[in-house]
Amino acid sequence: MGEHVSYVLSVIAILLVLVSIAAGLIWLERRMLALWQDRFGPNRVGPFGTLQVVADMIKIFFKEDWIPRFADKKVFILAPTIIMITILMSFAIIPFSPEIGVVDFNIGLLFFLAMSSLGAYSVVLAGWASNNKYSLLGAMRGSAQMISYEVFMGLSLMGVVILSGTFSMRGIVLAQQTRWFFIPQFVGFVIFFIAGIAEAHRLPFDIPEAESELVAGYHSEYSGMKFGMFFVGEYLGITLISALITTLFFGGWLGFHFLPPIFWFLIKMFSFILVFILLRASLPRPRYDQLMSIGWKILLPISLLNILITGALVLYFH
Amino acid sequence: MFSNLRSIWIVFLHLFHKRVTVQYPEKKAYLPPRWRGRIVLTRDPDKEERCVGCYLCAAACPVDCISLQATEDENGRRYPEFFRINFSRCIFCGYCEEACPTNAIQLIPDFEMGEYNRQNLVYEKEDLLIDGQGKYHGYNFYKVAGIDAGVKGKGEGENEHTPVDVKKLMP
Repeated sequence: MGEHVSYVLSVIAILLVLVSIAAGLIWLERRMLALWQDRFGPNRVGPFGTLQVVADMIKIFFKEDWIPRFADKKVFILAPTIIMITILMSFAIIPFSPEIGVVDFNIGLLFFLAMSSLGAYSVVLAGWASNNKYSLLGAMRGSAQMISYEVFMGLSLMGVVILSGTFSMRGIVLAQQTRWFFIPQFVGFVIFFIAGIAEAHRLPFDIPEAESELVAGYHSEYSGMKFGMFFVGEYLGITLISALITTLFFGGWLGFHFLPPIFWFLIKMFSFILVFILLRASLPRPRYDQLMSIGWKILLPISLLNILITGALVLYFH
Repeated sequence: MFSNLRSIWIVFLHLFHKRVTVQYPEKKAYLPPRWRGRIVLTRDPDKEERCVGCYLCAAACPVDCISLQATEDENGRRYPEFFRINFSRCIFCGYCEEACPTNAIQLIPDFEMGEYNRQNLVYEKEDLLIDGQGKYHGYNFYKVAGIDAGVKGKGEGENEHTPVDVKKLMP
């Protein structure tokens, strides 16, 4: 009985920490973008402006939550929940440290791939239910982007699976005790990073949102807390991709002994989050046909070659 | 590909550049003395109002934010009965200052006029009048004017000679 209670408590704790990290990223991103643009960013509310998050949250909770009369109401309400649920479900397989983690699936990696594919429904349904041409264009771009990155995202991870011999995330981390997988799997790392940016709908691949072209893309019609869910979902997506890169290619919680394992995990994860923000600050957005042609003509063949060579070498040496 | 990596690196280096933002309430930007901000009504060296209620500022104002009503005191000296500037409409163009024949209305380098209530941006004469002379020292319109409004007698003003007695023969 006590075991179950503590398990449920730890799951709730992980959920709360993740959501507050995602909310804190709003401040971190605004601050870092500002620093890279020679500004200061929000530095007024609280120490270093950290209470800006609280102010933003209060604002978004009390905003009018308006559903357009022309929208498909049920789907309109359902869409933002999908992205939150799928991304939070994906976090279930992440091993934060030897002790902390929700569940250790033996198909963990496949579970993540399934959840990330389901997350694309959020974009498509949101754009469709909004009944607005910009939202629909955003949703269409979202689906075009999805069919281009989803394939090589799965394939780029297969090299890691070949090297570690397991789909379990804990198994993958433990297989990296001698060397982290970004050294033998550098190609896979780069390709997964590109796919991860597209998966999180971040610049330079924020094609479904494209503020400068499509107002706000698929969530143009959303307001109040429903928009907030898309917003937090986006930051949760960044956190998820960073956590996955850390786990799959940079040895998860592994590190030197002077810090506890969870700190190593968080340090690595936050450095990748900062890279995400840096990419937003520096790169322009490609057209979606450019993304599709890069995905299908360059990255997919490279990831296939990567699997072929990795598999051949593993067979040769064992 | 290489140019993308290069631009990422260049953007990263901006972390160590100097910020362009001026942290406003703590650090204030230098405003030149002629900077056009809040509008004031100045007084002449004798601490009397300079404004003579000629309406030229109200006529020059492109957004019609100045309203006033001229009146006279017992000596025939003109002054505004009320003088009202609606700063929620003012565009700080400075045309009123240029139009003013007596240097009464002047713009000063102060712009911190924020209010929570819009009505508080309507300034009355008491709010506009200052005790000093502003940018033009020593100028008193009624000392150089051609009329006697209780400030100086005939021929006693500045740059003015005592009247010539036209019936006298002596120079």
